[in-house]
Amino acid sequence: MSEARTLVFEIFRYNPQDPDTAPHIQRFEMREEPHLTLYLALNYIRENLDPSLQFDFACRSAVCGSCAMIVNGRPVLACRTRTADLANTIRLQPLPVFELIGDLSVDTGRWFRGMAEKVEAWIHSNEPFDPSAPEERMEDELARTIYESERCIECGCCVAGCGVALTRDDFVGPAGLNRIARFMLDPRDQREDAEWFEVVSSDEGVFGCIGLMACQDVCPKELPLLEVHAYLRRKMLLSKAPDLLKNISARRKESAPKTPS
Amino acid sequence: MDAILNTDVLVIGGGLAGERCAIEAANAGQDVIIASLIPPRRSHSCAAQGGMQAALGNCAMGDGDNPNVHFLDTVRGSDWGADQEVVRMFVDEAPAAVRELAYFGVPWTRVTAGTQTHFIKGRKVELTESEENAGLLMQRDFGGTAKWRTCYAAAGTGHAALYAIDGEVVRLGITVRDRVEALSLIHDQGRCHGAVVRCLRTGKIGVIIAKATVIATGGHGRIYGKYTTNATINEGTGTAMALATGVVPLGNMEAVQFHPTGLWPSGILVTEGCRGDGGYLLNRKLQRFMVDLEPEKQELASRDVVSRHMMTQIREGLGVDGPFGTHLWLDIRHLGREHVHTKLREVYEICQDFLGLDPADELIPVRPTQHYSMGGVRVNKDGQAYGMSGLFAAGEAACWDMHGFNRLGGNSLAETIVAGRIVGARAAQFAGGKTDGPDPALVEHSVREQQEVIADWLARSGNGPTVYEIRDRLAETMMGKVGIFRNGEELEEAVTDIYDLIQACDTAVLRSKVPGMNPELAFALRLPGMLRLALVTAQGALARTESRGAHSRTDYAARDDARWLKRTLARWPHGATAPVFDYEPVGLLDLPPAGRGYGKSSIIEMSEELADYNETVSEEQQRHGRLDSDSPFGANLRAGEWRKATGEVS
Repeated sequence: MSEARTLVFEIFRYNPQDPDTAPHIQRFEMREEPHLTLYLALNYIRENLDPSLQFDFACRSAVCGSCAMIVNGRPVLACRTRTADLANTIRLQPLPVFELIGDLSVDTGRWFRGMAEKVEAWIHSNEPFDPSAPEERMEDELARTIYESERCIECGCCVAGCGVALTRDDFVGPAGLNRIARFMLDPRDQREDAEWFEVVSSDEGVFGCIGLMACQDVCPKELPLLEVHAYLRRKMLLSKAPDLLKNISARRKESAPKTPS
Repeated sequence: MDAILNTDVLVIGGGLAGERCAIEAANAGQDVIIASLIPPRRSHSCAAQGGMQAALGNCAMGDGDNPNVHFLDTVRGSDWGADQEVVRMFVDEAPAAVRELAYFGVPWTRVTAGTQTHFIKGRKVELTESEENAGLLMQRDFGGTAKWRTCYAAAGTGHAALYAIDGEVVRLGITVRDRVEALSLIHDQGRCHGAVVRCLRTGKIGVIIAKATVIATGGHGRIYGKYTTNATINEGTGTAMALATGVVPLGNMEAVQFHPTGLWPSGILVTEGCRGDGGYLLNRKLQRFMVDLEPEKQELASRDVVSRHMMTQIREGLGVDGPFGTHLWLDIRHLGREHVHTKLREVYEICQDFLGLDPADELIPVRPTQHYSMGGVRVNKDGQAYGMSGLFAAGEAACWDMHGFNRLGGNSLAETIVAGRIVGARAAQFAGGKTDGPDPALVEHSVREQQEVIADWLARSGNGPTVYEIRDRLAETMMGKVGIFRNGEELEEAVTDIYDLIQACDTAVLRSKVPGMNPELAFALRLPGMLRLALVTAQGALARTESRGAHSRTDYAARDDARWLKRTLARWPHGATAPVFDYEPVGLLDLPPAGRGYGKSSIIEMSEELADYNETVSEEQQRHGRLDSDSPFGANLRAGEWRKATGEVS
């Protein structure tokens, strides 16, 4: 076996509650162990090298979305990031866009609650729940499609990687657009396309996206965000100009490419 | 956060149980605040993979299912430790609660008509789903059940449910204070008025005054340190707060569930759905040892039984020696790539992320790992805490007690929403009838107490141990001596160890005194509570000289219904240095104690007549602090109804 590496961590430090401190980078060194993840490494640093270091983990199994941070310039979930996949020097920074709580800890909770309020991320049903009735039926294939987009864990990686979200705080972000698509797909949600139009079609919504599409590259759940954007654009276009695409495709003398409608 | 907030109902904990309570209370017109350590969608409910049991009977292998069969499975699973009236309330309400989640938007997996291939007990089986049920909620097999009853959304049921429930919380505009930790309850020994809290953004102390307070802080698996599937936040803060009142008892803390398939070595959960869908457990020789050991249920005996067989394999040298210690294998390769990558997608992702393997091609290293706390804040059937009016508890933090000494897979996630509905309504009702606020002096006193605790930590100096050292020593004691197999000698050592740790904690020092939330201080504030929870767990286990469900004593191998058909109640009187133990009857025995049909069945029978036992239950429980419900004692039991269960033998 080759000799264990010494890892160098360069970690962004700032405690807004401490008037005596200013943002800076702090360096830590530790020996690499087999199967070391950033979850284990950061806890090692806090418990042995600097107990004041702030970061967030909860499930440590890549499902709760607490631990997103910038690792060597890229937003990732820290818990599932193995040091073996990284170079000797590992630079850790908090996610941008979100308010800094301290060091690597940022306030994703308020941001996502605000997004959920803005896009009204719940099923809009006109009927009350009837506890004595059997459930409404759904094709399993549709359930699977909804589940696909429901898999977003709101970690904030896509938001941190989004050129628009970095400069505009009213943009709902890729996660917000995904959430909208999730409810649009769901027949239990009785919102009409026109009701969606305001939030989706403005530049706070899908037309705010400038198409860099880093969101899809950095999504730890590999959500098809590119398709989500295309789906929403097409849907909005059709809701306001239903004949437009028909005319285009007629001119092309061939059927339009297959996309979800 | 602001220094003082007022509300009707304070819910501590933003997981499924807490949020479902909050929804119910808000719908009843009460003002609600949820205080949560982390944003609600990050609560540990999100990590539940497998599903929720509800007797819908939609699929071919669920045909003929009904709440009576679910009742029988649950009481047997509990090894008769459960309160059968609560089990009945649960099984009766679970179908509506699960359907309500469909209404809230959970993308449940649905029944597809036609013939599909499944693996049952190692054989490939073709099952045909009817056209009639197409599109209804599909169900999968889980351990200890006679029917396929577990509703699921791929292997991300908890995530999907939590997002749907939280969506409802947002719709209702319920106030959520995240990164807020409750430190203590404001109470006068008999009535709870809210909590003293600490903001985990700023470190500031505040108060949330409430007419009714609900503890929904989940389990306390972290007293087992890294030997748990639980999230880092599952440190039992709410349970410890209830114990700290000196008045409220914790029930059956020695009842600790070990999940057969914790990923080795990280301890991350691998769902029971793997075995439910036909997965195998293999030893070093790649033998399916469960086939010989449990011919009837095989890999799908209850979790306590499977975990014990696995530990025995390891002890007999049949484990696989890996770089981090001995483990066994979970094999789902034969289910096929399509199945593994869709219906068990989260398992695939976890294996990829943490071990770099694809379970469609490779074996998964697993080992039994602490998973669930059956014990918790002892409450009556309304979720009202014993001995403290205005205090409620729901979900894993509570001992309601539908799980007894072993919880069935799929029953806890379902419990969160069923209990949320029931307890949320009762808490709202209580708050609606109360106008009295706390004495301001009481609030001040409660705040000062916590400020003094913090000041004490910050003032300490010297060469004492760190809080993390104490946590790690506790973990070794708990896993090593209060684990899957227990005996008197080791349990006595554990009790001594933990008393030593409690003393060590008094001399522990902080190395960081930075302003703000100070993560080391935040953990230090939880540690004494964790040690107390550990102590009542170990001491309760030592006192219980029998084996029941997950509590397995090698020196008392029989289930002793003559002496131990009882629930342990642990209190920690104010200012005392040791807990006090009492025992109450488990509840009305509608289904008479008998063998479970799996696992070993050495039973010392009840010496008392069933009727005589039942006669004493209500009075005995009242004597131990049970408060009255509007619904008469036993009224929800529907005694004898289980006799209508048919076709319950699998």
